[in-house]
Amino acid sequence: MKKTTANCKCCGIRSIVLLLLFVFVGHQAIAFPQEKIGKEELLVLPGEVGRAGGRLVVSLRGEPKTLNPLIAADARSREVIGVMQADLVHINRATQQTEPALAKSWKISPDGLSYTIVLRRGLKFSDGQPLDADDVLFTFRVYLDENVHAPQRDLLMVGGKPITVRKVDEHTVVFQLAKTYGVGERLFDGLAILPRHLLEKRYEEGKLGQIGSLATAADQWAGLGPFRLKEYVAGQRLVLERNPYYWKSDAQGGRLPYLDELVFLFVPNADAQVLKFQSGETDMISQVGAENFSVLSKQQHGYTMVDAGPGLEYNFLFFNLNDSIEKTSPDIQRKQKWFREVNFRQAVSAAVDREAIVRLVYQGRGAALWGLVAPGNRRWGNEKLPHPARSLDRARTLLKEAGFSWSNGPDGGSTLLDSDGKSVEFSILTSSTNADRAKMAALIQDDLKQLGMRVQVVPLESRSLLDRVTQSRDYDACIMGIASYDADANSDISVWLSSGGLHLWSPSQAHPATSWEAEIDRLIEEQMSARTFEQRKKLYDRAQEILAENQPMIFLASPNILAGAKNSIGNFHPAVLEPYVLWNVEQLYLKNGMENATR
Amino acid sequence: MRVRRTFAKWLVVLGVLHGMVVCAGFFAPYDPVEQDRQSPYLPPMRLHLLDAHGHLHVRPFVYALRLRESSFDQFEEDTTEPHPVKFFLRGARYRLLGFLPLRMHFFGGENTRIYLLGTDAYGRDQFSRLLFGGQVSLFAGLLGAGVTLFIGWSIGAVAGYYGGWRDSLLMRVAELFLALPWLYLLFALRAFLPLAVSPLEAFFLITAVLGAVGWARPARLVRGVVLSAKERDFVRAARGFGASNGYLLRRHILPETSSVLLTQAAILIPQYVLAEMTLSFLGLGVPEPVPSWGNLLSGLQQYSVLVSYWWMYLPALAMVPFFLGYLGLASSFEERGAVYKIESRIWGM
Repeated sequence: MKKTTANCKCCGIRSIVLLLLFVFVGHQAIAFPQEKIGKEELLVLPGEVGRAGGRLVVSLRGEPKTLNPLIAADARSREVIGVMQADLVHINRATQQTEPALAKSWKISPDGLSYTIVLRRGLKFSDGQPLDADDVLFTFRVYLDENVHAPQRDLLMVGGKPITVRKVDEHTVVFQLAKTYGVGERLFDGLAILPRHLLEKRYEEGKLGQIGSLATAADQWAGLGPFRLKEYVAGQRLVLERNPYYWKSDAQGGRLPYLDELVFLFVPNADAQVLKFQSGETDMISQVGAENFSVLSKQQHGYTMVDAGPGLEYNFLFFNLNDSIEKTSPDIQRKQKWFREVNFRQAVSAAVDREAIVRLVYQGRGAALWGLVAPGNRRWGNEKLPHPARSLDRARTLLKEAGFSWSNGPDGGSTLLDSDGKSVEFSILTSSTNADRAKMAALIQDDLKQLGMRVQVVPLESRSLLDRVTQSRDYDACIMGIASYDADANSDISVWLSSGGLHLWSPSQAHPATSWEAEIDRLIEEQMSARTFEQRKKLYDRAQEILAENQPMIFLASPNILAGAKNSIGNFHPAVLEPYVLWNVEQLYLKNGMENATR
Repeated sequence: MRVRRTFAKWLVVLGVLHGMVVCAGFFAPYDPVEQDRQSPYLPPMRLHLLDAHGHLHVRPFVYALRLRESSFDQFEEDTTEPHPVKFFLRGARYRLLGFLPLRMHFFGGENTRIYLLGTDAYGRDQFSRLLFGGQVSLFAGLLGAGVTLFIGWSIGAVAGYYGGWRDSLLMRVAELFLALPWLYLLFALRAFLPLAVSPLEAFFLITAVLGAVGWARPARLVRGVVLSAKERDFVRAARGFGASNGYLLRRHILPETSSVLLTQAAILIPQYVLAEMTLSFLGLGVPEPVPSWGNLLSGLQQYSVLVSYWWMYLPALAMVPFFLGYLGLASSFEERGAVYKIESRIWGM
């Protein structure tokens, strides 16, 4: 306990010193020696010029598992790694376009198969070691090594073959693809360039997967991101400090990031995040639920809440369409006879009151959804996709066509019977920690009751829910949500492809189970290697239509991105892509120095 | 005489309260699972007699609620048109006492819906849910307490009457049960059950678990009474005349435990209602959309509900009269028990 208070005092003193420096030296110098900037090829960011110093506190729902990009799978780890690492080419979260990052420029060969990337000169890792082409080569060797099991490996397999990387000189590398790749340079976004000098020895020992725990000593870890490791207090917080070697500057030549420290507080759940933000213990909040958003909006003391508009999250209901007989129980096989009926799925879709979901679950801060592309994604949505209004009559007609009938129950309410005369009953799984999806389930339960289906809602802890859906496959139906990490169509590729792990209604198939799944596979594969956006869009539109016809996923709604920050935070511009508020962390600054959170 | 009067008073209070819950279909204006999706989280409507123009109405009326301008969750009364409360009108179908199909409701509005206790997240009438929820919660409490008392009574009687190793064994088991962290045991038990449990199954599961867990305390009490009763002179005398164990228990000893049992029942029932509420609050009780008092309160686990919608707390208040009734009954049982104490009965005869 003593240690932490001492640390805080230290920070306080440091910020005072910085502030004094700022006051005395005036604007141009801002404590960054100018001559260094001359040698380095810094990236100059446009936008509001801020002032240096201070600490920013944000909360995380639980502790990140690792700082190691090679094994990070959870959202919290990715969020922390995102501010400690950098990529060659980066997708600007505001414009959704690619822009140069560690790569100063890139060139694509006329056949679309090779990418020549030129690195910025004079760049250094956060521990002061220089970056060169060998680091890039090492990074991709590690990502592509089968023994490392990096999650990035799948992304780097193009046309079934790994990308090859060749060094031309100290600052130039060439990436060679086996097949043309529609996504192009977006591929490089999020692929952190790793410090060879720190990792090579562990890699040769085959121990890469074991390093990068949060308890790593600060001098044993480095990256190219705006912040570097400073201190970790288990169960409480992770403190990052400014990377003095960061390679971006503002329009006036001041080196970024502005902030001295970035603190992640670990809190147990969304409500705790709201309470911490409300009490002023944290400076920013993102991924706020609509109800908490309106609570926070009611009394804005020194902070502002922002509705950034529709995001990329899509929530959907799906039925268990798995084929593997040995894994499913006879009871589920009996129910699968209904689920496999296209009419049945379409009837369910027609009966769902999406408007009510948007109004009751998101308090109007969201959009009804009929396809996989969320409204936040402006380029890829298929405008021709039908948006049928809720119609119980159409649902009943569809069911009747498929051989279902109704018994007049004793209460006047009737029960839906299948062609064998059995009543239609099933359960819907939802995550017990997600109040939004639990509410959707309750609404759908009532919607389907009007068709005579008896539905039970089963809340389940999210890990066992995922386990049931992807491993044991012992469930009837489930409501889930996925947030695309990029506005490009390929970010959802593992949902589309029948071999994908997120093809949730029947994941990781060896061969597509149905002809329409095979057709979607073909369209998506073809789209991957198409060269122009128009070609890709056409193929992708067709895939969306097939999905809408077959309704393996019944899309429900997409929430808006809701965030908030203290008024003292400058350059706060929440984006609809992850990380919603920290995407421009290097440009965030404190308007009046010391008046932010003290911890 | 005085004792008997307070006893009757508490019985009447409880009778009226239970009557309302048993006939929930009649007293509740709406179906408890019916969603009015246009009006989620509507605050309770006020009953008026005096309208906006100062006119006095004979029939109580309500004003419809509308969103206050430039607000997204603040409501105000629309005073243009009073909606009188109608009595004995036709509405949603229900079954009185589980078998009598009826459509008659005690009260309701004609062109508007009347929400006396507001609505929940789905626009369901909280007042109707409260009454129907009472059916689940109170019945679970009564049944659970009944099971507990039966088990406790049998075990206590055996342990007290036969004594010896049976006594030691049963009492050690009772102590074990007292020491069990039963809430966590329930979590473990729930994990082994199938995923989807129908409301009826869930109800019987709760009752069975509540009944099986709490028998140790009444068993110890009954054992104490039996222990002292079996040493009494008239019991020894009866045994001397050759009465069998069964006869002695039935005729002389178990009747002595009746006042202890009744008092225990009056104390246990509210406790068990509370236990059912705890389970449902934590999501182990009857599943949505079936209401129970614990389910009604479970929305309060969300911070936004906690600070925004005060009427969601009302179900917690509703149980206060029930608990007071049962506890009053328990204390009058105790007094009555004193009147019927063994000595006074024998010497008074």
